[in-house]
Amino acid sequence: MSLLEKFAPLGKMRHELLEYGSLPFGVVTERVISPTVGIVHGRETILAGSNNYLGLTFEPSCIEAAKAALDAEGTGTTGSRMANGTYSTHHALEEELAEFFDRRHALVFTTGFLATMGMVSTLAGRDDVLLIDADSHASIYDGCRLSGAEIIRFRHNDPADLEKRLRRLGERSANTLVVAEGLYSMLGDQPPLEEIVDVKDRYGACLLLDEAHSMGVFGAHGRGLAEALDLEDRVEFVVGTFSKSLGSVGGFCVSSLPELDLIRMAARSYIFTASPAPSVVASTREALKLIATRPELRERLWRNANQLYGGLQESGFRVGPQPSPVVAVFVDQTELAIDWWHRLLDNGVYVNLVIPPATPSTSCLLRCSMSAAHTTEQVERIVSSFANLRSENRLAGSAG
Amino acid sequence: MATYAECLSIVREVLGEYLEPGQTAGENDALVADLGLSSLQMLELVVEIEDQLDISLPLNQLPDVRTVHEFAQMLESVAGGAQP
Repeated sequence: MSLLEKFAPLGKMRHELLEYGSLPFGVVTERVISPTVGIVHGRETILAGSNNYLGLTFEPSCIEAAKAALDAEGTGTTGSRMANGTYSTHHALEEELAEFFDRRHALVFTTGFLATMGMVSTLAGRDDVLLIDADSHASIYDGCRLSGAEIIRFRHNDPADLEKRLRRLGERSANTLVVAEGLYSMLGDQPPLEEIVDVKDRYGACLLLDEAHSMGVFGAHGRGLAEALDLEDRVEFVVGTFSKSLGSVGGFCVSSLPELDLIRMAARSYIFTASPAPSVVASTREALKLIATRPELRERLWRNANQLYGGLQESGFRVGPQPSPVVAVFVDQTELAIDWWHRLLDNGVYVNLVIPPATPSTSCLLRCSMSAAHTTEQVERIVSSFANLRSENRLAGSAG
Repeated sequence: MATYAECLSIVREVLGEYLEPGQTAGENDALVADLGLSSLQMLELVVEIEDQLDISLPLNQLPDVRTVHEFAQMLESVAGGAQP
């Protein structure tokens, strides 16, 4: 049984977590009531860890479009984009994405993970260098591994360290793809994008920016951090997902470089998987229109984000470095974090529990994500549920 | 250009900051199993040594490094021009 022995530590961890009652990972939502409320453990629960930033999962026009696509095109494509799985609606979505981002080309993938992993692993090859932020998402790390390129990390959000590493590469900096994210999903912090762009331009490198968590969140049209900072012309590739602000599932890459269209014939995660279901494509197209035309959704999202961030800070919690729709609460002790997570859920608030090594430090995180669909009362309830944890602290120790 | 001996000396010197008082790093000691470095400490150790030698260590090679000797050997291959 030596093949399976490596899973024993996971089994031990799961056993220990179950001693607290239920498993915090893979919680079952028994019924979804709205973008912000579900039934969990038989109880009405505020969903404060769903990445449903604009709250579009129940948007009537998106649901209608998905239903119409089911009737017209069926439940699935049963094939790859390269074979039978490209319908006219996939093409239309790509054209609309390119127009939305004001780029020449767009590629639609089946998930956001596949988009990022596929682009990173295809853009950089054996003789190239991938220079990635140390806190990059797993899809970026996995793309690196598949690429065959030399992989170098730079310190998180540190353009000076990036510059140092580009300088060390010498002429190879021209064969380098720098990878950063528009909003880091664990702590909700933003990169110093202008400085990063300045540095990569100085050394002739290319930049791939993952706007998975920042699309719909930043920018006058919701195009992300590059739009908000007026840097779009200097970012060669943007990847993202449909599964957050757009409320469906899928991923994309946009660029004005003509080579993006050739990547259709090279990216394995694009070629060797079935294309997105027509209903998913249809709801995504509708949601894309709403992102562009309803800036009030972003305003509501940021109002809620600021309310939660400020409320948790005032309650004495150590939170992420800046206000953002992702609000992470640091908890130094694992036992305390697990206990608090259960108590929040018992009190009708679901957040994400994140335990090292999945966190960027040695602390655990109780990670909240805000939605434009949360009401002021719901945000107050989330804050008061956290505040109660401190006043009724059953376990010894501080939240750090 | 750095020789193996120079690389070994740098690894031992920087490692000293992460060890208990009185603890020393032997050439064949495993960084995690024997010296008790956490994954976060390993990252910090790598960054500090990279800065001292003004090099960037490819992430692809780091999983192969288990001992002080292997670390010094990898440094020599990157900083000293030896074949990896």
